[in-house]
Amino acid sequence: MSISRRRFLGWLSAAGAGTTLGRSAHAAGGTHFTGYPDSLGVLFDATRCIGCRKCEEACNKVNELPAPQKPFSDLAVLEGRRRTDAKTYTVVNRYENVPGAKGPLYRKIQCNHCLEPACASACFVRAFAKNSNGAVTYDESVCVGCRYCMIACPFEIPTYEYDKAFTPRIMKCTFCHPRLLKGQLPGCVEICPAEALTFGKRRNLLKIARERIELFPGRYLDHIYGETEMGGTAWLTISGVPFRELGMREDLGTTPAPELTKGALSVVPVVASMWPVLLTGVYAISQRREKIAREEQAAAVAEAVAKAQAEAKAKHTEAMAKAEKDKKAAIDREVKKALDEAAKAKAQESAAAAAADKKPS
Amino acid sequence: MPDRKIVIQKPALTPFNVVAGIIVAVGLIITVIRFTQGLRATTNLSDYNPWGIWIGFDLLVGVALAAGGYVTSAACYIFGLKRFHSAVRPAILTGFLGYALVVLALHYDVGRPWRLPYPFIVQQGTTSLLFEVAACVALYLTVLFIEFTPAALEWLGLKRARSIVAKLTLVLTIFGVVLSTLHQSSLGALFLIAPSKLHPLWYSPYLALYFFVSSIIAGLSMVIFEGSLAHKHFHDKMDAEHLREADGVALGFAKAASWVLAGYFIIKVIGIAQTNAWNYLGSGYGLWFLVEMLGFVLLPCYFYAIGAREKNLKIIRRTAAWTVLGIVVNRFNVGMIAFNYHLPSSERYFPHWMEIGISVFVVTIGILAYKFIVTHMPILYAHPDYDAH
Ligand code: SF4
Ligand code: SF4
Ligand code: SF4
Repeated sequence: MSISRRRFLGWLSAAGAGTTLGRSAHAAGGTHFTGYPDSLGVLFDATRCIGCRKCEEACNKVNELPAPQKPFSDLAVLEGRRRTDAKTYTVVNRYENVPGAKGPLYRKIQCNHCLEPACASACFVRAFAKNSNGAVTYDESVCVGCRYCMIACPFEIPTYEYDKAFTPRIMKCTFCHPRLLKGQLPGCVEICPAEALTFGKRRNLLKIARERIELFPGRYLDHIYGETEMGGTAWLTISGVPFRELGMREDLGTTPAPELTKGALSVVPVVASMWPVLLTGVYAISQRREKIAREEQAAAVAEAVAKAQAEAKAKHTEAMAKAEKDKKAAIDREVKKALDEAAKAKAQESAAAAAADKKPS
Repeated sequence: MPDRKIVIQKPALTPFNVVAGIIVAVGLIITVIRFTQGLRATTNLSDYNPWGIWIGFDLLVGVALAAGGYVTSAACYIFGLKRFHSAVRPAILTGFLGYALVVLALHYDVGRPWRLPYPFIVQQGTTSLLFEVAACVALYLTVLFIEFTPAALEWLGLKRARSIVAKLTLVLTIFGVVLSTLHQSSLGALFLIAPSKLHPLWYSPYLALYFFVSSIIAGLSMVIFEGSLAHKHFHDKMDAEHLREADGVALGFAKAASWVLAGYFIIKVIGIAQTNAWNYLGSGYGLWFLVEMLGFVLLPCYFYAIGAREKNLKIIRRTAAWTVLGIVVNRFNVGMIAFNYHLPSSERYFPHWMEIGISVFVVTIGILAYKFIVTHMPILYAHPDYDAH
């Protein structure tokens, strides 16, 4: 199925000859995918985060992002609710008066590097790649700027450079992919003074998280956020309070994003192959119906003509016969008249003769 | 047959021309701002709301309302309903203009419009429904262009070329229906990937089907609606065939639209049952959903049926206009109003006046182009030198 779909769409596209099956397309494809075997991740422990914003600062530095309006040491920005934006790959938010918590709680937001990323599945130029180390990276050299990836991401991570007129880009956390390739830690992980961020293979992180939950059942909820959410993410979170209290959605479900659109995409080859057949069939039927109607009409016309002709002929012969008869009758009449007249004349004559005969006597 | 030589040149300063002129002038100014200063300067788009009315109206509504082309040509050429023949050319023309304007509007919306061919020539994101939409819209625009050419070729007097194109009618029609089915439905399927952002009353695994079926309703209603407008303003351009058939087209299409609306209502109810979204009906969104379903689906369904039964063209025309509005409401709901329903109102989207300005500008260009073509080319009448195709 997926092969024929790709083939069809590949054929549809102008450059159908190119390979349409890239690595990222595979990661985002319809097949069930549980992540690259040794891919990396980060575990965020919300019970440890102290809201110092050091990770924000490190992220800003290693990614060479523009300096913020207020310095990172200014903790007053924690008053408001912030999100990632075109100049910020990661933010920490503060949550006060959470039931069951002693003090304020904090949560770090950044790209979760989904195992089957919605953003990659949604992009129509394959600008995103799910790398084998787990990082979801973006290639600005092909991006058209349709922003469908922003619609698709369930965690509302990708942002756009709306300010730029000529070279706007999608901006999002890269998992410090260039640093990972060099064997370095992500900037945010490296700097965290409270060890709220643990870097490692995702497989191991799940184990660590489970251990912590088991060791301190009073401290943690028994759930690893990101283990199954939207099919699983590379970045995981554990917490002592329900995740919704930290502004995380609990209704995302476990279906990976590509799964959601699989059905709609699989309709493509069916419509493309069946519609022409069915429509040509309908056309043939309507043509035939028309043809039959035409033939019937022609037959009816012919019949009518024939009938009219026959009638006319019959009338003609009848008329002829009648005329003949009339003529004969007329002749007869004339003859009779002539004879009558002749007889009359003769009678008159003989009467006159008789009278003449009588007179001399 | 109207004599084309005695087209009366209207005075240049009619109210219509003045208003259109102002809109075009303002549109051009906004265009300059958009392409020199970027999206921030001209739109209210944000990181939470990456799509505004340039997608919600220009793309979603534009494509739906341009569905008249495939609906009418399929009825006439494939289903053999020849009595709709005179409606085909105007419908193809509006379809073609509609899609051309959709593509024009997309140049404003995407960040780097000069890269719009990239999904075809650089890398194909075949897992994306947007890729399907893009590919089908591009191909269908081409099909509509070819379908439209006979009128232009007749106008130019190129008989040979015209007869070649006319022979392709059936193939083009079938191809057009295939492409329309695919991209009309994919526009709805675009939102399948975001179940957590679209309100459960509008999100459904059947979104693709809903968009396809409602595009048929939109197509039928637009043909009636446009027909009534054209009658008002271009009566002198219509030939006897057009005038004779026009009422029949309206009646036939009204009957069809009534049936399709009824079917649409049923599949919508089935969808709600499937996702068990009944409990949302009591909320504010639920109320708005009911307005859409009862006011813009069931009501026109009823009035179309009445209009068709009583052969009352007045009812039919009004219902058509109402149904077109209903399509706008539906696309706005899916694309903007029920999208991001979970966000606090401070983060919700409302269009910038310049966004509205560009949308009005684009529609105005469409009307002007329609006016020009209808007054010059054989759209509302058959050219005397050519047989029907
Ligand atoms: S969190 Fe969003 S942006 Fe990051 S990989 Fe997942 S879908 Fe993509
Ligand atoms: S904005 Fe760029 S990266 Fe995002 S979906 Fe569109 S083309 Fe892909
Ligand atoms: S992984 Fe790198 S890019 Fe991502 S939030 Fe941390 S420092 Fe920033």
